[in-house]
Amino acid sequence: MNGFMQWANETMFLWKALIILVIFAITLGIAAYSTWAERKVAGYIQDRSGPNRAGWGGLLQPLADAGKMFFKEDFIPAQADKWLFILGPCLSMLTALMSSAVVPFGDSFLIDGKTVTVQAIEINIGILYVFGVVSLGVYGVMIGGWASNNKFSLLGAIRAASQNISYELAMGMSIIAILMLSGSLSLRTIVEQQHGFLNWNVFYQPLGCLIFIVCAFAECNRTPFDLPECETELVGGYHTEYSSMKLGFYLFAEYINMFASSAVTACLFFGGYNYPFMDNVQAALNSGLGQTVGHNVGTAIGILVMFSKILFGIFFFMWVRWTVPRFRYDQLMNLGWKGLIPLAVVNMIITAVSMLSGYKLAIGMWVGLIVFVVILSVVWAMRPRKKAAILGA
Amino acid sequence: MEYFKNILSLPPIYYTFAILSVLTLFGALGTVMSRNPVHSVIYMIVTFFSLSAHYILLNAQFLAAVNIIVYAGAIMVLFLFVIMFLNMKQESEEMKKDKIIITAVITAVILGGILIIFLRRAEREPVNPLTYNSQSGMIEVLGKSLYGEYLLPFELISILLLVAMAGAVMLGKREAGERHF
Repeated sequence: MNGFMQWANETMFLWKALIILVIFAITLGIAAYSTWAERKVAGYIQDRSGPNRAGWGGLLQPLADAGKMFFKEDFIPAQADKWLFILGPCLSMLTALMSSAVVPFGDSFLIDGKTVTVQAIEINIGILYVFGVVSLGVYGVMIGGWASNNKFSLLGAIRAASQNISYELAMGMSIIAILMLSGSLSLRTIVEQQHGFLNWNVFYQPLGCLIFIVCAFAECNRTPFDLPECETELVGGYHTEYSSMKLGFYLFAEYINMFASSAVTACLFFGGYNYPFMDNVQAALNSGLGQTVGHNVGTAIGILVMFSKILFGIFFFMWVRWTVPRFRYDQLMNLGWKGLIPLAVVNMIITAVSMLSGYKLAIGMWVGLIVFVVILSVVWAMRPRKKAAILGA
Repeated sequence: MEYFKNILSLPPIYYTFAILSVLTLFGALGTVMSRNPVHSVIYMIVTFFSLSAHYILLNAQFLAAVNIIVYAGAIMVLFLFVIMFLNMKQESEEMKKDKIIITAVITAVILGGILIIFLRRAEREPVNPLTYNSQSGMIEVLGKSLYGEYLLPFELISILLLVAMAGAVMLGKREAGERHF
């Protein structure tokens, strides 16, 4: 027991556990209120008021929904594979919650002269971890869809699988360009390198950022890529047979995924907890409050900045959902394989050339992109007109 | 009693190893023995996960992550995908013939014997803890040796994969005039 206490003191075990718990609670809280915000945003976009009965402005709506979900009948179809039917939503929830473990939400707190980083685990392969978890996310949908023993569920599951696999490729390739810039797989290192404002990766990797965000939409099964749960074609998609809190888990996992992917996007492209003039703010805080307190307050501001970026990301997800209609399935596949993957390869080549050219990186990137756009438009204008039959119309 | 005391005084990593090994073997046996192909695939995913945990015990983080991304995350999804397409409700008749079972048992016994003989005869070089580089499983060291010492084999393997991929696309390609669904 003494050994444990000593170890706990050395590693600041309690503080770390507290941070993990708080991140977990905030994840769930934000996901719960995303369901409210989604309907409010939808209401605003469609010029109606959205939920406004439970609590002030409908703020108690998530609680009411959860209560309703719990009291519904928990039905398992007779021909379903019972254990896999239960495993499906559990896996969805588990993988959704796992991905925020490596995200650095803030810099570090100084407590008793020791530093505690605001991050659940710091590993030097952070991005690979995120990728692993994201690639597992599809199992919940697939297993649930198959276990329901329903043709619509199965079609939804198969769509989800092929969609996720296709878009993971483009996503990975768009991140390779980021890794070339940063030279590290650790999310914390990547965020630290984007110190200030002009160092944000989005200014160096506009194309990569676009590809990544599109792929994130597809990986989260959000509109315009929500084909696995397309009501007009598949009843309810993979969760047709689900009811009660099992359905709630599937729906909730989607919002947690939105939170996690907004967090990862903010870390990779939008500077994480870095904000403009942060050095000036930090200096002012240090001179006003002393080194330790100043550093801690600065970190707190960084965390707030990070969370406002995440919330904006979630809002962006909703904005797109209520603005853009759903793709057709062949359009989705064409976009993934014939659009995004070649673009990601081009982005990689431009990044490599501009890194090796010796000019300033940002100049090389933007010149390369403009040259690419010019070449593409010239080639597009001069392309031979094919017969419609070959295009597969 | 002495035996149990010895077990209790083992460092925690041995317990981890033992639990993981049991889990790995459970997954592997489940893959072979379950009658439903989808259950087989799920057991196999369990096996891949516990293998990744073994890699982490061996301090090979990168290998563990890549094992999960490539095998558990991509290849097994495709397996599951294909198995869901094939409607394999009825058990295949092949496995019920005596001939097949006898052949399978003989092959398994011979293979197991060969493995055991090799393991007992193999000269295991003990790891020298003083000269062993604890970072050798980390991505920096791995990347440097892949792109430095083993550059030619690495590039050749990637060309091999590219050729295989092009071949697969070629075989699966729709011929001109053929109907597409």
